Amino acid sequence: MEYFFQQVINGLTLGAIYGLIALGYTMVYGIIGMINFAHGEIYMLGAFISLVAFLVFSSISGGSVALALLAALLVTMVFTALWGWVVERMAYRPLRGAPRLAPLISAIGVSILLQNFVQIAQGARVKPLPPVIQGGVTLDLGAAFSLSISWLQIVIFVLTLTLMAGFTWMIARTSLGRAQRATEQDMKMAALLGVNVDRVVSATFVIGAALAGVAGMMVTLYYGVIDFYIGFLAGIKAFTAAVLGGIGSLPGAMLGGLLIGLTESLWSAYFSIQYKDVATFAILVGVLLFRPSGLLGRPDVEKV
Amino acid sequence: MLRVEGLYSGYGRIEALHGIDIDVREGEIVALIGANGAGKTTLLMTICGNPRASAGRVTLAGEDITGLPTHLIARRGLAHSPEGRRIFPRMSVLENLRMGASIADPRHFKDDLDRVLGLFPRLGERLDQRGGTLSGGEQQMLAIGRALMSRPRLLLLDEPSLGLAPLVVRQIFEIIATINREQGVTVLLVEQNAFHALSLAHRAHVMVTGRIALSGSGAELLNNPEIRAHYLDGGAGGGAVSTS
Ligand SMILES: Nc1ncnc2c1ncn2[C@@H]1O[C@H](COP(=O)(O)OP(=O)(O)OP(=O)(O)O)[C@@H](O)[C@H]1O
Ligand SMILES: [Mg+2]
Repeated sequence: MEYFFQQVINGLTLGAIYGLIALGYTMVYGIIGMINFAHGEIYMLGAFISLVAFLVFSSISGGSVALALLAALLVTMVFTALWGWVVERMAYRPLRGAPRLAPLISAIGVSILLQNFVQIAQGARVKPLPPVIQGGVTLDLGAAFSLSISWLQIVIFVLTLTLMAGFTWMIARTSLGRAQRATEQDMKMAALLGVNVDRVVSATFVIGAALAGVAGMMVTLYYGVIDFYIGFLAGIKAFTAAVLGGIGSLPGAMLGGLLIGLTESLWSAYFSIQYKDVATFAILVGVLLFRPSGLLGRPDVEKV
Repeated sequence: MLRVEGLYSGYGRIEALHGIDIDVREGEIVALIGANGAGKTTLLMTICGNPRASAGRVTLAGEDITGLPTHLIARRGLAHSPEGRRIFPRMSVLENLRMGASIADPRHFKDDLDRVLGLFPRLGERLDQRGGTLSGGEQQMLAIGRALMSRPRLLLLDEPSLGLAPLVVRQIFEIIATINREQGVTVLLVEQNAFHALSLAHRAHVMVTGRIALSGSGAELLNNPEIRAHYLDGGAGGGAVSTS
């Protein structure tokens, strides 16, 4: 039982990270109806930027780890956001209105470019980061039942949930969020009402990329090792999370992320750690076959 | 207010407008009638920059707006209640109206909302209802109300009476007259319902396969035998006025 709950905690931590990446997929899909295949690489880039930024800042911040982490977080978000903007400008905007396959191919091109760029710039070897946030709390829940949660897990959880909440608020309440939903529902009409649709689409890529950048930083801290190839697997898993939750649905992406994280962690704990990725892909195939609209996807019952 | 000169436009290689000239003066209601497929919707959309004109000129209050992107044309004070209404289905009525006010000064929002809800009290009772679940008539009111939220100088209305019960059609036309008379909004109105449109309009144009076939005051066209035969007297949309 203790073991089970421990795995649940680990799974939720991982799932929160997947959820953060999945938001970017689902948001971009909602607004332009296409999967951003370069999104996983943005996350990988976020991991590297955060590593470099953290090392730089911790050497100049005079020993304050918290300060260095915060600065690294900001730098990571800014740079990944910038990359999100570049990807949209390079791979998607010139091809809007082109056959749907064209932007997919150009996005895959961008992702190969990013992978190779990082491989050349940073080397192909795995980059380690010594544990930065150590220790944790142990909850004693009666006889022979205790759970340990690391501070790092708490940081990851609090940060991702805060970002998700802020993001949800932004979509629901701000004028940018409203413009995003309007653009998603009817791009032509939004333009007729004076919405600068290009800017809204750009903003969507930028926000999604910044969230993926945070996820990249969290993974760097959590696992302590990264390489230029992590974007691929994480990308597919987060994509699975988005599909599982219902592509286009924001709560769905978060829920899907948590479920994928849980699956992965419980599967590794009880079955076989080698096949943990297979479990995720089995879910992807299963959802696509039996419930393509996902758990919270909208059933499309409107009149219009 | 609005002047269209020698406008050509279409979809890909298909040309739908073959040199349109119309003008709409400040404070007028101008009607545009014509059979299905004549190009009325294409004309309104081309004025809004989507599709782009392939030749010709559109000026709004003397400024050339041809070739501007759609959202900038809207910001010049041109609002559009398009064919099919295009309500945002998964937004509430209030949010749809807020979208209409996207380009307006936020300080005016309360006033504009009150003004629009005064015209369409039905919307006021349904502010939290999702747009996609409104009835056809309510959606039409919302489409017009949404367009008015930006305080436009010129309002383009594309078949506001389509699919509505006769009573609601009358209401809608009365409201268009009110908007024009009391709020000074200039209106360019596309209609299949030629009788209502011509009775309401100061001037009107008849469109036939991408060209303006006939122009005149609303009363003149109402009494024109050719128009009567083709668009009134139960012959609505059945035939076409000859271009010659
Ligand atoms: N998206 C499109 N792609 C290709 N052709 C189009 C498109 N939209 C309209 N057309 C064509 O352009 C011509 C004019 O169409 P338009 O919609 O402007 O007519 P309309 O006068 O508004 O007709 P209605 O009264 O039926 O609304 C028609 O021949 C139509 O088939
Ligand atoms: Mg039409």
